[in-house]
Amino acid sequence: MQGLETFYEVMRRQGITRRSFLKYCSLTAAALGLGPEFVPQIAHAMETKPRTPVLWLHGLECTCCSESFIRSAHPLAKDVVLSMISLDYDDTLMASAGHQAEAILHEVMEKYKGNYILAVEGNPPLNEDGMFCIVGGKPFLDQLRMVAKDAKAVISWGSCASHGCVQAARPNPTRATPVHEVITDKPIIKVPGCPPIAEVMTGVITYMLTFDRIPELDRQGRPKMFYSQRIHDKCYRRPHFDAGQFVEAFDDEGARKGYCLYKVGCKGPTTYNACSTVRWNEGTSFPIQAGHGCIGCSEDGFWDKGSWYARLSDLHGVGFGIESNADRVGLAAAGVVGGAVAVHAAVSALKRAQHKGDTGRNTSNANGSSHTGDAA
Amino acid sequence: MASLDPATVELPTERPTRVTAVYVYEAPVRLWHWINAVSITVLAVTGYLIGSPLPTMSGEASAHYVMGTVRFLHFAAGYIFAVGFVFRVYWAFVGNHHARQLFVLPFWRRSFWIGLIDEAKWYLFLKSRPKKYIGHNPLAQFAMFFAIGIGSVFMIVTGFALYSEGAGPGSWQDHLFGWVIPLMGGSLNVHTWHHLGMWAILLFVIVHVYAAIREDIMSRQSMVSTMISGVRTFKDDDPD
Repeated sequence: MQGLETFYEVMRRQGITRRSFLKYCSLTAAALGLGPEFVPQIAHAMETKPRTPVLWLHGLECTCCSESFIRSAHPLAKDVVLSMISLDYDDTLMASAGHQAEAILHEVMEKYKGNYILAVEGNPPLNEDGMFCIVGGKPFLDQLRMVAKDAKAVISWGSCASHGCVQAARPNPTRATPVHEVITDKPIIKVPGCPPIAEVMTGVITYMLTFDRIPELDRQGRPKMFYSQRIHDKCYRRPHFDAGQFVEAFDDEGARKGYCLYKVGCKGPTTYNACSTVRWNEGTSFPIQAGHGCIGCSEDGFWDKGSWYARLSDLHGVGFGIESNADRVGLAAAGVVGGAVAVHAAVSALKRAQHKGDTGRNTSNANGSSHTGDAA
Repeated sequence: MASLDPATVELPTERPTRVTAVYVYEAPVRLWHWINAVSITVLAVTGYLIGSPLPTMSGEASAHYVMGTVRFLHFAAGYIFAVGFVFRVYWAFVGNHHARQLFVLPFWRRSFWIGLIDEAKWYLFLKSRPKKYIGHNPLAQFAMFFAIGIGSVFMIVTGFALYSEGAGPGSWQDHLFGWVIPLMGGSLNVHTWHHLGMWAILLFVIVHVYAAIREDIMSRQSMVSTMISGVRTFKDDDPD
């Protein structure tokens, strides 16, 4: 890939001063949670490495990932990602369309064989041979497989690509399937969220381009630097949780005072994401700060786990009714068993009273031979 | 009560009589049983309060630590429960053969299933007299194997998996139990299963306490006092 422009050259060509460039490197290091000693490393990589092209495919999705991505503030998507990385194919954002766009896709795939990054927004439906999602006249499933074949790594943008999201919610009529279940021979970085946070998205891409490796992933394939803690762990309302101060209803005094939203179904304690630290829209706010509980959008199957306003998930998936939860099932079972025990005790007492004469006679009979028939 | 000395302890297994006293539950087993009873009670109450917290405290957040205390009690009791269980498994190896019964389901032994049906018949009032047992009867063994043998493992594994979320990646809880969370389909699902496990153990406790008292009154051997003194006595001299 000799002779190709480096990131730095592209940035200079865009009129970015060296001073701004170094500022950007510091910001990126901070955004990635790296120390100041990494700043020269990032700068060096940017100055020497040729740009890595990113091909961005869209399957079954709502484009909320793209909407989030283009609003990245640190680093600015406009300055950094769109000019810095070669976002060579993104049918939603690119100027060209139709045959022209598809031609670019093939051109990049050939020129950068094994060296481009595939970013997938949305997922492929498998039913009816993938006919529920057609891109450029062909099933998206085929396009995904074709582009993934020579990719260096795959980024699964959002909950659609990572987990399936709403189109894969029960009963999933199109059999929408997360990317990692279709592409099994490439490293896949899952960046779940509906959508993921803009800075998380640009952070992941910038990390991969500057260090030329995928970020450290957790058990579920998510970058540890953004998904290693729950919303709850870093929530600014956490002191109210520990104190036992809860919003009991959305119009009560606790809601006005900003108490913990646990009792109105906040999924912060079971959701891994960076919302409570990075926040949204240039760090302005995030759902809990706005007074609504977390709905757990970056968790697998969050559509199918019952109400967003209840702590206990419903047990529909386990075979109980849609209204049931662990406490209802448990209380009902305890009632049935408790009732059965009471009846059993009553019958036992009656039986005992009935046989009292019997037993008295038998215990006097040391041999108890009259009972051997029963005991056998 | 003649035969309490160790020499005669295991001998009269075939025909226990009124004068027979068998040392069944050794002191560590009894101690474990009662520690378990207390820790399960604390775990169930605090666990329920974690799922459905107490009414809101008024005043400054810095003045209270209700949820924090409830969670601390739950975690502390959880550790005691887990350490006790590990000790109990150890004791199954070094203790007497009755100490092993809790962890064994003699699935391939025909006499076990015959005994279980026999005992079930007695509980269904189809038989007027049960058999004599020195250890657990087959029905009790069956229930305890699943509720305590398997149930404890399930609650300890899911419990420590949930604890690992707070302890964080890299903690020993995460290394040992963190894999459970993706396996069960996410943190919320583990919470739900852990919650259902609590109810399952509660059902066992209801039946267990009832059956122990009923056996004490109606069966042919001692029951409640045995879990205090460790000694099983019998109420008649009949065979079988």
